[in-house]
Amino acid sequence: MNNKVTRNLYLLPYVLWIVLFVIAPIILVLYYSFFDVDGNFSFINYKTFFTPVYLQMTFSSFWYAFLITVMSLLVAYPTAYLLTKTKHKQLWLLLIIVPSWINLLLKAYAFIGIFGQQGFANAFLEAVGIGKQEILFTDFSFIFVSVYIFIPFMILPIFNSLNELNPTLLDAANDLGASKWTSFRRVIFPLTIDGVKAGCQVVFIPSLSLFMLTRLIAGNRVITLGTAIEQHFLVTRDWGMGATIAVFLIIIMVLIMTITGSRKKGV
Amino acid sequence: MDKKNTPLSKLFLLIIFLILYAPIFFLIFYSFNSGGNMNHFKGFTLDWYKELFHDSRLLIIVLNTVLVALLSSLIACIVGTFGALGIHSIRKKRPKNALLALNNVLIVSSDVVVGASFLILFTLAGIKLGMGSVLLSHIAFSIPIVVLMVLPKLQEMSPSLIDAARDLGASRWNVVTKVIFPYITPGVFAGFFMALTYSLDDFAVTFFVTGNGFSTLSVEIYSLARRGISLNINALSALMFLVTMLLVVVYYFISQRNKSSRLGVKK
Repeated sequence: MNNKVTRNLYLLPYVLWIVLFVIAPIILVLYYSFFDVDGNFSFINYKTFFTPVYLQMTFSSFWYAFLITVMSLLVAYPTAYLLTKTKHKQLWLLLIIVPSWINLLLKAYAFIGIFGQQGFANAFLEAVGIGKQEILFTDFSFIFVSVYIFIPFMILPIFNSLNELNPTLLDAANDLGASKWTSFRRVIFPLTIDGVKAGCQVVFIPSLSLFMLTRLIAGNRVITLGTAIEQHFLVTRDWGMGATIAVFLIIIMVLIMTITGSRKKGV
Repeated sequence: MDKKNTPLSKLFLLIIFLILYAPIFFLIFYSFNSGGNMNHFKGFTLDWYKELFHDSRLLIIVLNTVLVALLSSLIACIVGTFGALGIHSIRKKRPKNALLALNNVLIVSSDVVVGASFLILFTLAGIKLGMGSVLLSHIAFSIPIVVLMVLPKLQEMSPSLIDAARDLGASRWNVVTKVIFPYITPGVFAGFFMALTYSLDDFAVTFFVTGNGFSTLSVEIYSLARRGISLNINALSALMFLVTMLLVVVYYFISQRNKSSRLGVKK
């Protein structure tokens, strides 16, 4: 089989990539987090991070990400479950996935039109008799659009684990007298928990950093950690503070990965 | 799970599909609106499409986006495939798992952190922000995707195939080109298409490293959408939807072929 020399030849560009684009950026982010705006070495960024302003932001960022994840899960689980029972399930699954291939910004842009003052949603609300509401630039619109964007990513892993579920287990539960709810709670859900975890992971981490949605849909009302990083890097040019927030995002990411287990499934 | 869906669950699925597709078709519908907004359909027109095709700046951006996507996927495919070959040939568990963990870092990290850290990297390395930096970062985040698509193919390949080839007098190079490559080709293609869609779709990373002179479609849509509604974007989204559908069909056929070849060559 392959000897060491050819193997190292194969690995050379790949390892170079790992060093340059995986390890170096992490170290650089960590390095920059120890410098203030003027380029002096200090811990000021970390001090700033632990002030109420940033802690509050971190907390609300988490809260939004949590809400988005839970809502997506609540919609995605029944959808995935019902999908596995359809006749041409792979085709239906593909149709669920297709919207996730449409550029995210186009979808956000569509919602600017739908949720606008004169938009479709308001026309509908008026027709039903509720009357016009301010929908765009609210927490609701931000969460709705985010959930809309993430639903396919949540459905996919759950669908896969439901699909692998051995149907005879359900028959067994049924034979042993379990009600539908019991067999869901005791059999189906525990056996598909890996899919749920994978889905939550795929939704939670990106939703901490949806700065384009906060800008377009939430009109700067919602400030997440991602928005703050973008702000510091591209607007105020305070790279040190941006890097500090990035360090915390990386730490949070590692924590989530270890909690939900390192099992990964492709999106 | 042989029970059929009840009408109620069919309705649920229908609503989910409606919600997932409504915004997209909403955009496409209003791209034919002569009224100039997304609220009231005045009359049918193709003006927005005409305007789109006469906007040479936008056409250049489209070309740039496609060029970056194709080039980055191609290069990522080469590096990633050889990387996967290298990883696969490592016997010891610990270095192999370490490489795999490093491989996944960029996939699970949030886009903002990746973008910000690449921005630091390019600035320090003295690489001018523009097409070069965008191309490099797209290659960087596509490589792990290719690796993840190719590795399973290598793992499912029976080692006795290689032994047989060696016994029959194949040189080491012959083994790679005549045995391994044909076997993993579907995985490489799947990786290429995944990388292509990631690159076409990416906004956050590109937004950080794009600089002033260079723009991709996502970044352009973002800056247009921040200025408000313009039906040019709708026309653009209709065209992009068509292209996406085309990619989906291609991808579907590739994955179908993957499946049939798996059935064909049993271990």
